[in-house]
Amino acid sequence: MATEPSIEQARAEVAGWNPGQIWQPPTNAQRWYDVAFRRLCFAFAVFMILLSAWLILEIAFEAMPAFGQYGVQFLYGTTWDPNKSRYSILPEIWGTLYTSLLALVIGTAFGVAAAIFLSERYLGELVFRLLKMFGLHLHPFWGRLPDRLEALLKNLIELLAAVPSVVYGLWGIFVVIPLIRPYCNWLHEQFGWFPLFSTTLSGPGILPAVFVLSIMILPTITAISRDALVAVPAKLRMAAYGLGATRWETILGVLLPTASRGIFGGIVLGFGRALGETMALAMLVGNANRLTVSLFSPANTLAALLANNFPEASAQQIPVLMYAALVLLAITLVVNIFGALVLERAAAKAEAK
Amino acid sequence: MSSEAMAAKPENPRNPLEGVNFAELELNLYRPRTLFSALLSGVVSCMTFFALIPLFAVLWMLLWRGGQKLSLALFTSLPPAPLEQGGGFGNAIIGTFVMVGLAALISIPIGIFTGVFLAEAKKSKVAETVRFAAKVLTGFPSILAGVFAYGAVVLETGGYSAIAGGIALSILMLPTIILTSESAVAMVPARMKEASIGMGATGAQTVWMVLLPTALPGILTGIMLAIARAAGETAPLLFTALFSNYWLISHGRGDLMQPTASLAVLIYNFSGQPFANQVELAWAAALVLVFMVLIFNLIGQIFSRNEVQQ
Repeated sequence: MATEPSIEQARAEVAGWNPGQIWQPPTNAQRWYDVAFRRLCFAFAVFMILLSAWLILEIAFEAMPAFGQYGVQFLYGTTWDPNKSRYSILPEIWGTLYTSLLALVIGTAFGVAAAIFLSERYLGELVFRLLKMFGLHLHPFWGRLPDRLEALLKNLIELLAAVPSVVYGLWGIFVVIPLIRPYCNWLHEQFGWFPLFSTTLSGPGILPAVFVLSIMILPTITAISRDALVAVPAKLRMAAYGLGATRWETILGVLLPTASRGIFGGIVLGFGRALGETMALAMLVGNANRLTVSLFSPANTLAALLANNFPEASAQQIPVLMYAALVLLAITLVVNIFGALVLERAAAKAEAK
Repeated sequence: MSSEAMAAKPENPRNPLEGVNFAELELNLYRPRTLFSALLSGVVSCMTFFALIPLFAVLWMLLWRGGQKLSLALFTSLPPAPLEQGGGFGNAIIGTFVMVGLAALISIPIGIFTGVFLAEAKKSKVAETVRFAAKVLTGFPSILAGVFAYGAVVLETGGYSAIAGGIALSILMLPTIILTSESAVAMVPARMKEASIGMGATGAQTVWMVLLPTALPGILTGIMLAIARAAGETAPLLFTALFSNYWLISHGRGDLMQPTASLAVLIYNFSGQPFANQVELAWAAALVLVFMVLIFNLIGQIFSRNEVQQ
């Protein structure tokens, strides 16, 4: 049996051991340092609140001249003509909402499907069955494979969000647009009477932008929905199985309704992401000041308008762009605050259970 | 009830299993309920598979188109003029590192200490407000961070600069660092904190010697994720740092108050140009950028394996 370690050995094991610090009550200097440190943490926290207010006020303040000049008409007019100094952004507001909503529909369908796939552990189950066929399911290495593959799949979906949006934009320009163009133009020829297909796709347009946008918001929706599904108490699932429900009767009847608040919160946050996403849209949406429902027509969004016009803006244009930024800020703030509130209430409800 | 008792009274009028059609519950694909379940399982599996295709398609295109161009000269030379051959993006890599470094210098101390404050002052009004502000700011459009930095820095100092770019990026990094630091510090077991306070340590000593060292892996994960995100951001740099065709350090001195190149803005600028050489450089730059971002993500995940679990 090992001998009891001496107090010196124990002391030597404690990193940064300084006997003076523990053998005495805190010195005055240490007490002042403690107070200063607490104040510093508090000051940083207050700074965070002030920063949030400053972000809003700075943009609002810079937008004031344009607000006085163009007023509310700015929001529902359709002209953007720097030569005549006439500016209004209805097409951009419409483009922002339209592309984001379309992306949200696609992103939600695939995002929630992926969340169900992950939370039901389909992949792990499949691999486990395969291993069992070969009698390897208890093997020290192969037995861990199902869990590892599940973790890998989850990380891969999160990696979708890690790829910078400018890279998606580059991919969209040189891969997606040439790829979908013949099919889109065929659709236009066959179903041109249908408003969604009323123009040809001659390059950048709404559809490629929506396609890339939905890829970018999918990981947000999947991550939050998966967390909500995993948080459903196991006894609910067992009770459903016990009553003889099949797997999908359980998912549709028990799991999704129970997790619905969390999933909804994730969808709202995904919508917020889509509204504020800039680079992929600036590169793919075509930057045309056009009010359209056609999927193949170029259009513009608020964020893309800012990205394209700010670098070369004249002094007169800056307040106008700041006004557009303020509109974007208002829309995204409303959506994000709503999403955060939904998720907070979902978490509070889950805790109460 | 034992099996003997069951056998003794087969005509038990209260048999709960009476009237249950067991054949109906059987797992058999010919039954509509089972078939429906199996079909939906297949649909969901296919959709997950399709959702991952873009990731591999992007990575494949990057390796294929960017990999061809990759050479050491890319990292040591300046961006080419239109129609010029060769060239690289050495200054853009340095610019990205400098601006992300600046952003990290600003946001890491503020973020960690705010996170510590949130974890310690759990339910106070200030803490609730900060937490909510941070959650809302995680979804703050990156271009608006650029607009803010343009108004607050570029207009005030009179020119595009690396400082302005760094400040814009730091606004995007802050909420991530605050929220991950808070959850990492809150995960430290209460008994460790109580032991420290019980031994007579002051609050500051407890934070420095117990809370922060224990929460370090979680905090580092958050920092790495924030850095990875900031490195790939383009929108906040477009009109704060602008772009530059020259080295950040020229004539023997570096100047953070001049326009600065970054990989992300280089990709954006070159992708819209009709010159093949520029487009190829954009692909190569995208490969380097994605590689950098993935490395930071990977480091973050390695840290997160050592995290304290409750």
